[in-house]
Amino acid sequence: MAHEPVVNAQHPAERALRFFLPAFALGLALVLWELVVRINSIPPYILPGPVLVFQTLAADWGVLASSLAVTLKTTAIALLAATIGGVLLALLFASSRLVELSLFPFAVVLQVTPIIAIAPLLLIYLEPETAVLVCAWIVAFFPILSNTALGLASVDHNLRDLFALYGAGRLKTLFLLRVPAALPYFLGGLRIAGGLALIGAVVAEIAAGVGGRGSGLAYRIVESGYRLNVPRMFAALLLISLAGIAIFAVLSLVQHLALRRWHESALEQES
Amino acid sequence: MPAAAISRDNTSAPHAAFRRVGKQFPNGVVALEGLDFAIRRGEFLSLLGPSGCGKSTALRLLAGLTEPTAGEIVRAGSAGGEVGFVFQEPTLMPWATVASNVRLPLRLKGVAGREAEPRVAEALAMVGLEEFRDAYPRELSGGMKMRVSIARALVTRPQLLLMDEPFAALDEINRFKLNDDLLALWRKLNCTVVFVTHSVFESVYLSTRILMFTPRPGRIAAEFTIEAPEPRAGRFRTSPEYGAQCREVSAALARVMGEV
Repeated sequence: MAHEPVVNAQHPAERALRFFLPAFALGLALVLWELVVRINSIPPYILPGPVLVFQTLAADWGVLASSLAVTLKTTAIALLAATIGGVLLALLFASSRLVELSLFPFAVVLQVTPIIAIAPLLLIYLEPETAVLVCAWIVAFFPILSNTALGLASVDHNLRDLFALYGAGRLKTLFLLRVPAALPYFLGGLRIAGGLALIGAVVAEIAAGVGGRGSGLAYRIVESGYRLNVPRMFAALLLISLAGIAIFAVLSLVQHLALRRWHESALEQES
Repeated sequence: MPAAAISRDNTSAPHAAFRRVGKQFPNGVVALEGLDFAIRRGEFLSLLGPSGCGKSTALRLLAGLTEPTAGEIVRAGSAGGEVGFVFQEPTLMPWATVASNVRLPLRLKGVAGREAEPRVAEALAMVGLEEFRDAYPRELSGGMKMRVSIARALVTRPQLLLMDEPFAALDEINRFKLNDDLLALWRKLNCTVVFVTHSVFESVYLSTRILMFTPRPGRIAAEFTIEAPEPRAGRFRTSPEYGAQCREVSAALARVMGEV
């Protein structure tokens, strides 16, 4: 059966519903939250209403924006390093079974040990900024490694035979066959890693913040907590959430742009 | 080069010959045993047999994708003698356009882009897909994907075209059309085709010669030479001669299956 390259074939009404329904639900929740706070006269140091949170966000924008920049920068560098490290290690694993068998368990150990438990140790050995970066890297690196390694190994056997038939060497087979075949897997791993890098950065910042140092968003939350500045805690939390959503959206867009012409995952169902 | 000399001496010298070839897989399964046959130049040879009889393994041995565990395969033609292979599935690279897929064998052999371009165009023209050169595989139907696969096998202008049940997954209308197109290409290119199939009707329609395999371990149970007015076309498919030869081959296949 012939597949037409269908993009955005969804019914317009369906698309509108997909946007407006959650937006409406969110708006309703915010209104209810504000009403509960006002009717019960809950003091802001217990629970601020959304209006106050937005006011705080505007009022403290200078402090919060610079913290946001710090956290985003950490996340971005960690993600970049995780991408480079994960892809290089996956290529190494793909080229040598011995290396894969020797090193893969270490990657698993790094992944399954909770980062919050590793962070205090790293903070002793490293400068806080570096420690935060390393934490974010450790968390983000594994999905890229495991997905890319899986992708490099998931090559159509007939295509591999075809490459052998025409006498393709290891390098040509790697770059013309295995790397493109691994791309969708890698991009899936990258999307997970983006979120994890932010989580790793936040967790490490909190661990660092306990020591009274740091300047990222998570540190702002800890610091505001000490001062019982609950509205600012909420404002910082809101920014972290928005940052996470933005990272996910950007990486999804990258995935879509890279795969839309050929991969099945980018094909919308015609129904 | 002695190999080249052989092919020049005698145009009817075999393309390749299996000499007492056996193949046992590492898991102990014996796929082929005592396989002895030659592939003649210019013939359309079908390897016919039930599923799992080792006929695909014989084809892979012929392509050099795997080595025999007994006996030897003698190839006339030089070692670089071009071989085209068409798999059961189209086996296209989904991330590459039709033209890039067809260009792949040339690219792997280090043929420059400028030299490759007209050959890619020629191969696509042979299967009637010139207009789809920039399409991606997912945009094509099953029959069109198989045409791309055939164009890719033909782009190196192989002397020997190996096909492993290439049309098994297609509907009958597409299969008949591709059968006729394949016969036309075979006549035009003057190449040798070795065609693996489990369909008696397909093998009789296409072949000049049929080798019937026994169930595993595969050996040759019977050989048929198919007589047909050339060029074959749709009319042969409904002729009494075709029916009679299909009946003969089917009866032989039934005997082979009954022996086990």
